[in-house]
Amino acid sequence: MERKKDNPIVSLVSRTVSPFIMLFALYVIFHGHYSPGGGFQGGTMLAAAFILIRLSLGMEISQLQFKSRWATPLGSAGVLIYFGTGLVALLFGGNFLDYGFIPFSKVVAENRSIGILCIEIGVAIAVMAIIVSIYDDLLEGSSDD
Amino acid sequence: MIDFFLGYYGYWFAILLMCLGLYGAIMKKNLIKKLIGIAIFQTSIIIFFVASSSKWGATVPIFDEKIGVANTAKYINPLPHTLMLTAIVVGVATMGVAFALVISIFQKYKTLDESVLLKRMKKDNDI
Amino acid sequence: MKVVNYLIMIVFCALMIYASLGLPNRGDAYADLNKEKSLSQTPNAASYYIRNAKKDAETENMVTVILADYRGYDTLGEETVIFTAGLVCFLLLRKEKKKNGKKKR
Repeated sequence: MERKKDNPIVSLVSRTVSPFIMLFALYVIFHGHYSPGGGFQGGTMLAAAFILIRLSLGMEISQLQFKSRWATPLGSAGVLIYFGTGLVALLFGGNFLDYGFIPFSKVVAENRSIGILCIEIGVAIAVMAIIVSIYDDLLEGSSDD
Repeated sequence: MIDFFLGYYGYWFAILLMCLGLYGAIMKKNLIKKLIGIAIFQTSIIIFFVASSSKWGATVPIFDEKIGVANTAKYINPLPHTLMLTAIVVGVATMGVAFALVISIFQKYKTLDESVLLKRMKKDNDI
Repeated sequence: MKVVNYLIMIVFCALMIYASLGLPNRGDAYADLNKEKSLSQTPNAASYYIRNAKKDAETENMVTVILADYRGYDTLGEETVIFTAGLVCFLLLRKEKKKNGKKKR
């Protein structure tokens, strides 16, 4: 099946659009406090930006954007950030995952707000890495052109 | 009578999708088509839960200063939305595992048809 | 065999529609699900979360507060499920190919 070298329109459009999808996904993650959004939604959109390049340009060229062997360590890092926030709350005297005790600022309610932000970042990184890793595994044995 | 239909048609659409998903999972012989039927079934359950959380004349569950929070009948119920958020992403991950299993079956037995697969498994004494 | 399959599907559809008649109306704001106090006079979960989300966590989005603060333990378990599913795919399908003496991922 001939592709990528004979389709200038598909190649040009996907290379132009992919950074904007990543930017919008970061907006959705960080505005999860004030509008619909949050960690899961933003992480899936970030994975979609990487899978677009893998679909339209092939596996070798897309390694320049996101190497396949970064996927599993990033997934572990995301789960570690979530667990780490819970354990830090334990170290400062509260229960597990009780963010009111982490001393970011003097008001208890703002501590919870910043704790929620840390958790959403961890969830987004983990979801993005796992979805890209599942796509790479399903395409393991096939070769293109 | 109109009130009866307005109150229940949301549930009946979700049940229709459930039946379509079940038809695909039971009646088709190809393994990939069975998997697609199961995915449709998952989506219908999500639609059912989200539809059951609505209220007439209410707005999205984001705090608004002009409406205030003293009357909780002005915001829709946020709890089923939260549960279904995680259900969607978990559905994606488990469909990924299901497709990985189908690929492994194809690499060993070289077929995706259910009856041919059962014959080859009996011949190999695997079943 | 196919007749039995069709019969099962029709019985399933009829049973589900009969069961859905026992649910409350879809938009009822005063059903048991949305009241202030539950049947045993304890505070109802949904109306408690709506009233106290802004006061407890300085955040306008109630769904994010429930997901990450009131029910954060469930979100931790769910993220572990996603990570385990990714790991199962990795172990099932990645093979090391030996090609001219070099291992290729």
